[in-house]
Amino acid sequence: MPKIANHTSSLAIKSYIAVFSARFRTLLQYRAAAFAGFGTQFFWGLIRVMIFEAFYRSTTAPQPMTADEVITYIWLGQAFLVLIPYQGADPDIRAMVRSGNVVYELVRPTNLYFFWYSRAIAQRTAPGVFRALPMFIMAGLFFNMQMPPNIPTACAWLVSMLFAVLISAAITNLLNISLLWTISGEGLGLLLSSLTWLFSGIIIPLLFFPDWAQATLNILPFRYILDIPFRFYLGHIPPEEIWYHLPFQITYLIALITAGHLILTLGIRRLVAQGG
Amino acid sequence: MTNALRLYMHYLGQSIRSQMQYRASFIMLSFGQLLITGIEFLAIASLFARFKHIQGWTLPEVAFLYGLINISFAFADAASRGFDMFGTMVKSGDFDRLLLRPRSTALQLAGYELTLRRIGRLIQGLIVFSWASYTLDIAWSVPKIYLVFIAIFGGACLFIGLMIIQATIAFWTTESLELMNTMTYGGVETAQYPLPIYRIWFRKFFTYIIPLACVNYLPSLAILERGDPMGLPVILQWVAPLICIIFLIVALQIWKIGVRHYRSTGS
Amino acid sequence: MPHIIVENLVKTFQIAQRQPGVWGALRGVLHRNYRQITALDGISFTIESGELIGYIGPNGAGKSTTVKVLSGILVPDTGRCEILGRVPWKERISHVAHIGVVFGQRTQLWWDLPVIESFDLLRDIYRVDHHQYAQTRDEMIAILDLESLLDIPVRQLSLGQRMRCDLAAALIHRPSILFLDEPTIGLDIVSKLAVRDFIKRLNQERDVTVILTTHDLDDIEALCTRVMVIGQGQILSDGPLENLRARVTTERRLIVDLEGTEDITDPDASVVLRDGHRVHLTFDPDRVATADLIARITAQHPVRDLFVENTPIEEIISRLYAENR
Repeated sequence: MPKIANHTSSLAIKSYIAVFSARFRTLLQYRAAAFAGFGTQFFWGLIRVMIFEAFYRSTTAPQPMTADEVITYIWLGQAFLVLIPYQGADPDIRAMVRSGNVVYELVRPTNLYFFWYSRAIAQRTAPGVFRALPMFIMAGLFFNMQMPPNIPTACAWLVSMLFAVLISAAITNLLNISLLWTISGEGLGLLLSSLTWLFSGIIIPLLFFPDWAQATLNILPFRYILDIPFRFYLGHIPPEEIWYHLPFQITYLIALITAGHLILTLGIRRLVAQGG
Repeated sequence: MTNALRLYMHYLGQSIRSQMQYRASFIMLSFGQLLITGIEFLAIASLFARFKHIQGWTLPEVAFLYGLINISFAFADAASRGFDMFGTMVKSGDFDRLLLRPRSTALQLAGYELTLRRIGRLIQGLIVFSWASYTLDIAWSVPKIYLVFIAIFGGACLFIGLMIIQATIAFWTTESLELMNTMTYGGVETAQYPLPIYRIWFRKFFTYIIPLACVNYLPSLAILERGDPMGLPVILQWVAPLICIIFLIVALQIWKIGVRHYRSTGS
Repeated sequence: MPHIIVENLVKTFQIAQRQPGVWGALRGVLHRNYRQITALDGISFTIESGELIGYIGPNGAGKSTTVKVLSGILVPDTGRCEILGRVPWKERISHVAHIGVVFGQRTQLWWDLPVIESFDLLRDIYRVDHHQYAQTRDEMIAILDLESLLDIPVRQLSLGQRMRCDLAAALIHRPSILFLDEPTIGLDIVSKLAVRDFIKRLNQERDVTVILTTHDLDDIEALCTRVMVIGQGQILSDGPLENLRARVTTERRLIVDLEGTEDITDPDASVVLRDGHRVHLTFDPDRVATADLIARITAQHPVRDLFVENTPIEEIISRLYAENR
């Protein structure tokens, strides 16, 4: 018996990987969009870098981060902007909900949550392929973006980045699920993507928010998408502290996935009750 | 001209009615935008709490620039939805329909929609602007008040002009040029701070090629009675909005070239 | 003086050849290869006031390019075109004020607005005076039976309902020429007949010149006095439907329902199709009189029923294309 269970679960995982890679490859095809996206984000990075340079020229008071650290932080934010689900839910799922075809998703022999989650991971990674690398090259060569100072730092960064992707995809999947409630879902989805935008570190590094806000920012999951990984990258957080942050990232990930599961179950129940 | 204006008003009236059918969505999106732009401003304020000033400009002064640019852009963004949608209209062939009507295509696109949910950004801009004006203790006079209004109008013209140029490009390339957003949204981001803080080449680009300096920076110097480290003639501070209006007129001419191209190639 | 004069219209398009892959896209920015396509290769015709013309041809033959040039959207390379004394592409605005265009696949109505509001907007767009507008609108509402649809947002209409509203919308400014592009596509039978009936009345009672492009040859048979066929950018045939038939083939069809399932052999007719008891024969009425042929067959075979048909128009058209390939 356990052998069969094992077999089916490995089959299921295979099918999720297939979903992920199909979606990943489809998204890779939008090269013109990636090219334009890179240009746009590069420009934004430039504006922000210049603003911070001007701020640092205007003061001698000590700041939570050095000017060089902030500049690299900003470029990292532009390179990995794709981790912020600011454009909302998966457009294909949106179309399916609109047309009512979403009921056919229920007949699949796979877990719908992980089916959509696989797509969400692709959505949060594929568009970044053609953006992150050129950003590192351009900003690194011409605009003072630094590499991680040493190997342990780089490793800590990579580990926390991996979980950043998973957390961001779990939030994206919540946006997908919220589509099942037309009006209230749209509002909550909007709220969620706005919160992610505001409190992940893309506008300003979180440490620059007022001190009284720090306690709140620290208990929100959003800082684990950009802010914490980036500070690992900079060596601003020592690499050994990954053992402190990793449990938090994993806990948030499990919490977000569990919440998504529960809400999806409710959504499906509602969908079935309405008869599609 | 008056007939065109009447038609435009008719278009807007209908556009508002259409959007009112989705009232819940409208309220939510406006509120969402108000919230986001609001917190974004708080982020700027917290930078000032740590750095005190940016090259001699304090928070209320920057807030003055910020308010002006966001009010202008909110109007432009609401009014130019038709041009924003234009790439998909060309692709789907819906643009042909506009050519089949005895009116200018620019007027028909302008009347496509007045996007009401931009009111979120407008309200936020007005709040920030009012707070800045109140805190700064400005010596208001009739010319200054006049300058504020014309600067907002000019700013809207400049941004609409940019969006028209962006739409015109769609006549040549079917890929919608997201890159042009850097000029509109990026322009707003840029002009929230005084131009002299930027590098020289960047500053020159947004003064001489795209006259973004004319939207809020130059008029604000006149209203706040500040010197200009860029050393542009003082008279420019008062006529800057006119330059923005000229920019829109030029954009409309470029648009006509685009339409002519479309009609000879059929894209 | 004809309504529409077209002489030697030529229109070619440049199609950019895309190269595959990232490198191709990058190279495409610097240098592009173009391929030329001749959509209209010297087209000439005249149309008199009050004609109802079918304009047919396969996809890509130049049909929609012709309509685009005639309606002022596209500028041709060379050639002359005058409609109501105007050159469409030179005086677009005054030209389009006198024509109406309906696309079967697309609506010109505003998606989220009630139908009547769309009409009101069109009144202002076309600068129709209020009195004339009220009169035209009410007539259209009566003829097309739109009363119950007026307050419904367009997005909620069925395809047939929407087409009726679109027809009314295209006529708000009382155009003297109407272009209809696939007006019956996707419609159910009842709506189809209603649309056909309306087009016919419009043409007969109001003397509106109608140019109808369609793939539905039943539309042509039911409505058109004259048919123009276009293929590869050239007019292949222009004239009454009967002339077209006569030009391509004089053949008729005799369809016989036999009692049994035996073969029919006759020196003047040949079997083209056999379906159980039913046999389709073709014959040339110049070689054998129809009555003689029927007499011979009924004498040789027990026959349940028989009837004579013209060659179906689909077949005529496809033969015409085959000849010109």
